[in-house]
Amino acid sequence: MPQTEKLEESPKGRLSRDIQRKIGQQLRAMYTDVVNEGVPDRFADLLRRLDDKNK
Amino acid sequence: MPAQDDMREAMLAAVPNLRAFAVSLCGDIDRANDLVQETLLRAWAHQDSFEPGTNMSAWLFTILRNHFRTEYRKRRREVEDADGGYAERLTSPEAQTGHVEFGELREALLHLPPDQREALILVGASGFSYEEAAHICECAVGTIKSRVNRARKKLAELLTIELEQEAEIEHEVLIRRAV
Repeated sequence: MPQTEKLEESPKGRLSRDIQRKIGQQLRAMYTDVVNEGVPDRFADLLRRLDDKNK
Repeated sequence: MPAQDDMREAMLAAVPNLRAFAVSLCGDIDRANDLVQETLLRAWAHQDSFEPGTNMSAWLFTILRNHFRTEYRKRRREVEDADGGYAERLTSPEAQTGHVEFGELREALLHLPPDQREALILVGASGFSYEEAAHICECAVGTIKSRVNRARKKLAELLTIELEQEAEIEHEVLIRRAV
């Protein structure tokens, strides 16, 4: 029965969409976590030194 | 020289995103910081190759990405020489980053081939379009799309197994308590 097969497929498809959505959220959350740390002093210092050297 | 101050400001503004990209690529905060430092030094030395009016962030990401790829190949060769094997020696990502809550995701990311990993991060986390990601990785848009799809599928496999194992262990504990 092709009808039943379709019905059986859809929960699986939904599960995989749920998993994909969760992974996407986690990936962005993990990334944002680091972004929110801002600019560590060593990089601000480095760019200041490079800038001064060129002036 | 005002243009140089603009350059410095733009590079500074890109640092948080460059660090996030680097950590996601290599799973190690110290190595990520070194990658960003090298990226800034190279970008500064090659300011002339930046075309004004184009995306500064994409330009910096390209430099970081290329540097990572070169390093990755070098490391792989060193490990192969030492072990006669291909695997990159990895310690626990949690111990390396200190971000325990994303430990499983970080570890799963490291199991992806680097070309899939970078494509997924650029599109799925950094917020670049497929076109921009293709430009950064110097490949066709279709290639990026297929890498992102394969990465998503593989991650789902890796993390679903993890989740299922956790559920099974919890289940067993409950049964043992009940008995």
